[in-house]
Amino acid sequence: MESTSRNFNANVRAALANDALQSALGKIESGFVANRANAAPRLPEFDALRDQARDIKDHILDNLDFYLEAFEARVLESGGQVHWASSAADARAAILDICRSVDARTVTKGKSMIAEEIGLNDFLEENGIEPVETDLGEYIIQLRKEPPSHIIAPAIHLVKEQIEEAFRGAHEGMFDSGRSLEEPRALLEEARAVLRQRFLDADVGITGANFLIAATGSTVIVTNEGNGDLTQTLPKIHIVIASLEKVVPTLEDTSTLLRVLARSATGQEFTSYTTFSNGPRRNGDPDGPEQFHVVLLDNGRSEMLGGPVRDVLRCIRCGACMNHCPVYGAVGGHSYGWVYPGPIGAVLTPTLLGLDEGRHLPNASTFCGRCESVCPVRIPLLSLMRHHREQAFEDKLSPAAERTGLGVWAFFARHPALYRFATGLAMRALAWAGRKQGRFSTLPFAGGWTAHRDLPAPQGDTFQRQWSARGGRRR
Amino acid sequence: MSKARPEVGLFVTCLVDLFRPGVGFAAVALLERAGCAVTVPRNQTCCGQPAYNGGDRANATAIAKQVVEAFEKFDYVVAPSGSCAGMIAKHYPQLFAGDPAMAARAGDLAGRTHELISFLVDIRGMDALDVKFDATATYHDACSGLRELGVKAQPRALLERIEGLRLVELPGAEMCCGVGGAFCVKYPDISNKMVANKTRDIAATGAELVLAGDLGCLMNIAGKLAREGSPVRVRHIAEVLAGMAGQPAIGEGRR
Repeated sequence: MESTSRNFNANVRAALANDALQSALGKIESGFVANRANAAPRLPEFDALRDQARDIKDHILDNLDFYLEAFEARVLESGGQVHWASSAADARAAILDICRSVDARTVTKGKSMIAEEIGLNDFLEENGIEPVETDLGEYIIQLRKEPPSHIIAPAIHLVKEQIEEAFRGAHEGMFDSGRSLEEPRALLEEARAVLRQRFLDADVGITGANFLIAATGSTVIVTNEGNGDLTQTLPKIHIVIASLEKVVPTLEDTSTLLRVLARSATGQEFTSYTTFSNGPRRNGDPDGPEQFHVVLLDNGRSEMLGGPVRDVLRCIRCGACMNHCPVYGAVGGHSYGWVYPGPIGAVLTPTLLGLDEGRHLPNASTFCGRCESVCPVRIPLLSLMRHHREQAFEDKLSPAAERTGLGVWAFFARHPALYRFATGLAMRALAWAGRKQGRFSTLPFAGGWTAHRDLPAPQGDTFQRQWSARGGRRR
Repeated sequence: MSKARPEVGLFVTCLVDLFRPGVGFAAVALLERAGCAVTVPRNQTCCGQPAYNGGDRANATAIAKQVVEAFEKFDYVVAPSGSCAGMIAKHYPQLFAGDPAMAARAGDLAGRTHELISFLVDIRGMDALDVKFDATATYHDACSGLRELGVKAQPRALLERIEGLRLVELPGAEMCCGVGGAFCVKYPDISNKMVANKTRDIAATGAELVLAGDLGCLMNIAGKLAREGSPVRVRHIAEVLAGMAGQPAIGEGRR
């Protein structure tokens, strides 16, 4: 997927001016956020489970090679194949080879952020293979030719009317043009009717994976629509695409992670479908694919493993950080410009695409900490974003004026006597200038502040001067 | 640590020092009422967050060292801000990760550093106030105090003790106001959206007064309310608790 992260500010302006988007974003607090807030305390051991989930993931990262090899061995034993892809291009090529081996014309897809990361849909289309998204949200945005704006709710940026418009355009001639699509239910049923035939026609089904279980060679997906099951059981070939850090030692560990995943994501105790896949159809199995392939994508992960943002590899892609992020809530996922939005994207995008491209994302945070407070695997998102800021500062990527301003301020802050003298004068002048109104609606060098709000004027002398004048206790 | 009269070093905070000294005097009054001896070290400027969050670790560390040296002789460090207290209590030790001696000193200081209101309630056991203030007020939970230091119940407990004050809960009280240090000037449009959400929620309470424990948030909220022409006034909670709410509110002219 092409990144527009470097155009973050332009993306933000468009997002803030987009009324439909603002209306759609307004529902996150009463939806996902409220649901998680209700679900978490209903499980008394929820916070203890978060600690366990963190520890499981840390243990995996410490032994990633071991568990990946074990997973590969189990997949081979069950008759499946494993394809190691060090880059996005490698993964795309591996998938194309498999599709071509059966002359595939259409491919159904379950929801996968890794497929987004490697730009799979465009690539398949360029090679004459039609990808069909089967998750309702993904189906909608595929019709609209846009990327997902959220990692678990790809069409969360849309209002119902926009979905109706997309359906009327794409399904022209398939249904009575006078039909009512007022009710969300009607939209759902129409998508279902269209997709039913696509499921049956598909030559290959591609899904992501929430977990890869080393002990059993299983791949696991969680969905609420059952589309993943139809995607992976009906076609001749099932391809699973997942990044390396998705591997988990045992079924029991998977169970722990599942318990925090759904609650953090949607506030559900469990998703409607949790599907375990083990190899191709065996003799006597009533259904299932003839071939089972797992494409394991590195794409920078093994480098991250030994670096300063390693903790982000704990992520289980629940989306809680973005649901709770006030910046995400103000500007939506597309503003972030690449696959992963919100706080997790603010850490991942500069890591995977470089700070030159992603510098804005970790800076565009108030560090309010709400993301960290809900992360099910306790990723220190603020520290990781701060790491990117430090690297950007070191590489002199921020605007020169910003760095100069910070330098001048720091010089004074490190020389208290000079600071007291300079601020004493400045505040007296500022207080005098603002004495009547008590605030400024414009002020030189404060345009960033006064563009949208007044600046309260200082009361008068600084506290330090007044304390000295009163003979207060000093040392 | 249960001295009869503990020595408290007041970390005034740069914003209170420069923009609202009245909050500093309110903090002194409250600390003295809580039985503390208050000293204001001369060699304090800022906690270093602008550098720390701006990626300038060298300057952040230098400023942190200055603060540790100026304050480590006191029994406690108290700041009328959860943000600055959180910086000293939670982040200073990490800044000196490569310097074990300074890390130990910073760690020691961190354990004795508190946000003003939680210090009064949790450490000094303050539960009564001889203050009257007739107003309907609402309270905004500033992010760092809330999430780094657990400041939530303490301010409400003390506000309830004020005669005449009616406290209305703010919907979305825990949502960031959008100031975020330099964030508000680096990304002014996003910040504006966030503070506009905050003033919308404030208006919905019907309160005539907004209180919080951090001047950064308060200046942001007061500035936005003023720009919107709202009559709602804005004060630091310490002013009200200390009975020093006679001065013009934040951003309000002299009457």
